[in-house]
Amino acid sequence: MSKEFIAVTAEHGPDGHIRPLSIKWTNGRVYNIDRVLDVRQAASLKNGGQGTRYTCRICGKEVYLFCDEGKWFIDR
Amino acid sequence: MGRSILHVDLNNFYASVECLYRPELREKAVAVGGDVEARHGIILAKNYLAKAAGVKTGEAIWQARQKCPGLICVPPDFRKYLRFSRMARAIYAEYTDLIESFGIDEVWLDVTGSVQLFGDGELIAEDIRRRLREELGITGSAGVSFNKIFAKLGSDMKKPDATTIITEDNFKKIVWPLPVGELLYVGRSTQQKLEIRAINTIGDLAKHDISKLRLLLGVWGETLWHFANGIDEAPVRKSGEDSIIKSVGNSTTTPRDLVNNEDVKLIVYVLAESVAARLRRHGLKCKTVAISVRSTELFSFERQGKLLAPTYLSDHIASKAMDLFAANYRWDKPIRSIGVRGSDLVTAESHFQIDLFETDKTEKEILERTVDDIRRRFGYYSIQRCSMLQDQKLTGFNPKDDHIIHPVSFFK
Repeated sequence: MSKEFIAVTAEHGPDGHIRPLSIKWTNGRVYNIDRVLDVRQAASLKNGGQGTRYTCRICGKEVYLFCDEGKWFIDR
Repeated sequence: MGRSILHVDLNNFYASVECLYRPELREKAVAVGGDVEARHGIILAKNYLAKAAGVKTGEAIWQARQKCPGLICVPPDFRKYLRFSRMARAIYAEYTDLIESFGIDEVWLDVTGSVQLFGDGELIAEDIRRRLREELGITGSAGVSFNKIFAKLGSDMKKPDATTIITEDNFKKIVWPLPVGELLYVGRSTQQKLEIRAINTIGDLAKHDISKLRLLLGVWGETLWHFANGIDEAPVRKSGEDSIIKSVGNSTTTPRDLVNNEDVKLIVYVLAESVAARLRRHGLKCKTVAISVRSTELFSFERQGKLLAPTYLSDHIASKAMDLFAANYRWDKPIRSIGVRGSDLVTAESHFQIDLFETDKTEKEILERTVDDIRRRFGYYSIQRCSMLQDQKLTGFNPKDDHIIHPVSFFK
């Protein structure tokens, strides 16, 4: 399983905080992020990487969305 | 109440970061090695599997491959390591402002003032290790003690990802049986001198007569005796930008051997430009220039000379360095690496005795400052000395920004 970076639409606040709004999956479909449950610095041991980890609810599922220096990927 | 000092050592730092980013390497023997083509081909760091196979930091990559045939060698990515080092520092900073870096991957923390907030040294160490693991994905080993020397010893005792506590009550039991070479600043030759006199453990050293140690090792004997007895009052310094600079230097191992004065001149100019630019950035001038030279036989020497007036101009530094070189090297052997250093620093604005017959340097200073500006805006290679184009393979490096990891001393 290889690590794949994905496109993300996000809101950048005036204080520098970033809130991801939707992701574009590798098959081209766009999924809205219903809710961001948690934001913290974390390492991704499954895919390899480190960055800001957003715990997101997408279509009722909780997933980890990582932002590693501006590049986004899903920890699966 | 005694002090509460932590020493945190990020385990196999470079290799751990590389393995974090490439999970497929995690179960294999991995080493981070320099660029073989540019003759920086030594092992910089390795993971535990490589270590188990006998790979040592500092040996040539081909030597390591012989010991460990499956060794995976990855090139270093210093930008990434510095980012992780900074992030680790940000974690430490949440517990104390007394942080003293010891290289890129080691740090001392004085948490004496924070124990009311976060719990004792051990709890803080556990917390820091957990956060390094969870937030950065790397492990660290921590030593908790009442002085810096034992804290460092502690962090070396259990690896990876463990905490060792050394207190005033148990240090005789924990520290004293260790071989004397484990103590900070007991290197190979000191260890030999001590072992000849049957001082094999740190305990032996601690129980030895201090005056005899002084005869044997000079002032160092006393210092080491104090270390062994846990008498070390050295404070954890707030280090970083505000540390006092004593000298500014750059050195490089060149991609090919240098065989004549022309070659040396090219390298000296590259290094002198970097030294001068760094002096200017810090608002300093140097009064002494030193060079270090290492031949292909690894014979090395250093020479230094005073300048007529303090300077931060690359021309002056380079010509002094070339004078020193020409006066001290007879070309028995080709040269492998060379360094230029400016020391005896004064602030750039300080007054000095001007020379009656010397031409005004103001114009040159403005010129070099302009070069700094151009390089800052358009990149290092946007403006260069013409002579640099004679051999771009030799001069194609930027000592100012390519390497920013400096070794540090315990006694600053």
